[in-house]
Amino acid sequence: MQVNENKEFQPLIVAFCCNWCSYAGADLSGTNRLNYPTNVKIIRVPCSCRVNPMFILRAFQRGADGVILCGCHPGDCHYTSGNYFTRRRMTLLFSMLDFLGIERDRTRVEWVSAAEGAKFAATMNEFTEAVKKLGPNRRLEDLRCRKQ
Amino acid sequence: MQEAMIKRAKELLADGSVKRVIGWKRGEFAYDITPAVFESAEELDKDFVFDVFTSANVSKYLVKESKKEGKVLVFLKPCDTYSLNQLTKEHRVDRDNVYVIGIPGGPKLDIEKIRAKGITGILSVRNENFTLKIETLYGEETMPFSDAILDKCASCKSKKHVTYDELIGEDGDILDSDRFDMVEKLENMTAQERYDFWREQLSKCIRCNACRNVCPACTCEKCVFDDPASGVENKAAADSFEEKMFHIIRAFHVAGRCTDCGECSRVCPQNIPLHLLNRKFIKDINSLYGEYQAGADTTSRAPLTDYTAEDCESSIVHERGVE
Ligand code: SF4
Ligand code: SF4
Ligand code: SF4
Ligand code: FES
Repeated sequence: MQVNENKEFQPLIVAFCCNWCSYAGADLSGTNRLNYPTNVKIIRVPCSCRVNPMFILRAFQRGADGVILCGCHPGDCHYTSGNYFTRRRMTLLFSMLDFLGIERDRTRVEWVSAAEGAKFAATMNEFTEAVKKLGPNRRLEDLRCRKQ
Repeated sequence: MQEAMIKRAKELLADGSVKRVIGWKRGEFAYDITPAVFESAEELDKDFVFDVFTSANVSKYLVKESKKEGKVLVFLKPCDTYSLNQLTKEHRVDRDNVYVIGIPGGPKLDIEKIRAKGITGILSVRNENFTLKIETLYGEETMPFSDAILDKCASCKSKKHVTYDELIGEDGDILDSDRFDMVEKLENMTAQERYDFWREQLSKCIRCNACRNVCPACTCEKCVFDDPASGVENKAAADSFEEKMFHIIRAFHVAGRCTDCGECSRVCPQNIPLHLLNRKFIKDINSLYGEYQAGADTTSRAPLTDYTAEDCESSIVHERGVE
């Protein structure tokens, strides 16, 4: 979480992006000079299925207010089927987080290809807005990691 | 039943078909019964017990025992046979080295429910026509059998043995259980209510790891919760994040493999309803990816190591349920 000069809450977003599509998509949105919030921190992973549930929890623990996972579109995974496994895993994980009463809008999976720079920026803007509405993450934070 | 089991075990030991027997033996009190390995007829005569308190699922002991020299005989209740199938499927147990005698299931009793009636100094408990005769230091007490049934038995999913080499007694059927009712009730609460419910429950956890140690699906040689580098190694949770982390990860690791044997909740000294977390995963898997019962067979693919191109998107979680 960060607070700017106007004391406005700026959510910290962690975006896991697969190397082959979404990371390239993020690159493209950069070279096209499209804007998305600076508080989106990208973590590059070889494939979306590299992300295990612990990564998502850890991100929240270390202060993320929202976590988004981006990978190749279904059928386009560089490793053929990685994102299909990701999809099942994340669906179950998000459902469990929801079951524990953690706001469901803090997590998301989005498929972004290397050609979709505009979609990447739009997704990040939209997701950041949604998390901003929820306010700082309190239900899944580790107090010892709180910055201020 | 106990006599028939001892008799059969002795026969199999005597003719050399098995080297060891896994069953249950009495602890300090009549009701604190623990799993045990027997190697001789004398040991069986002395300690072997099978009664209303032999609720422990002994299938996990096969991980170690089935790797030893010679066959091992194991007595399994219907629910325990699902665990064995699952262990066989995951190559944790050498099924060829195991001789399974299927025995009838519960309902088994929960000593805590008897104590909750204010009955103390318990010496022995007998079931007479569904009335419990409880002999205590202070005289005899009675209570209805149904009030003391173990939770996992109250929502029994199946009385059918899914694997066995011989049976003592009758085989039963798969039952219509109400095991998802509480999960559904929670799903219909608001997020705040669910959050409060779980905070109250999970904050009781003392991280004794009993739930992991007893679980037949938790047989990893190196468990993440023992790894000092993980930051979640054996220690009491320092704050609410660590409580949730432990429980989410434990339940997730067994998702699609948990047979719903109910052992984790049974052994939890803090009475945390861990089965609700497991059942949430089972319920989701059933509704999103098709009915699946872990341990029902040894060949099907587990839901989390499988996929179809038509699977729903993760956003389904956002589209359904109560805010
Ligand atoms: S058995 Fe209960 S108290 Fe022990 S670690 Fe598991 S949930 Fe926590
Ligand atoms: S998680 Fe609990 S119910 Fe599931 S297999 Fe393990 S002990 Fe049994
Ligand atoms: S908690 Fe996970 S790592 Fe530990 S034994 Fe169970 S499945 Fe294995
Ligand atoms: S490589 Fe992009 S999701 Fe697998």
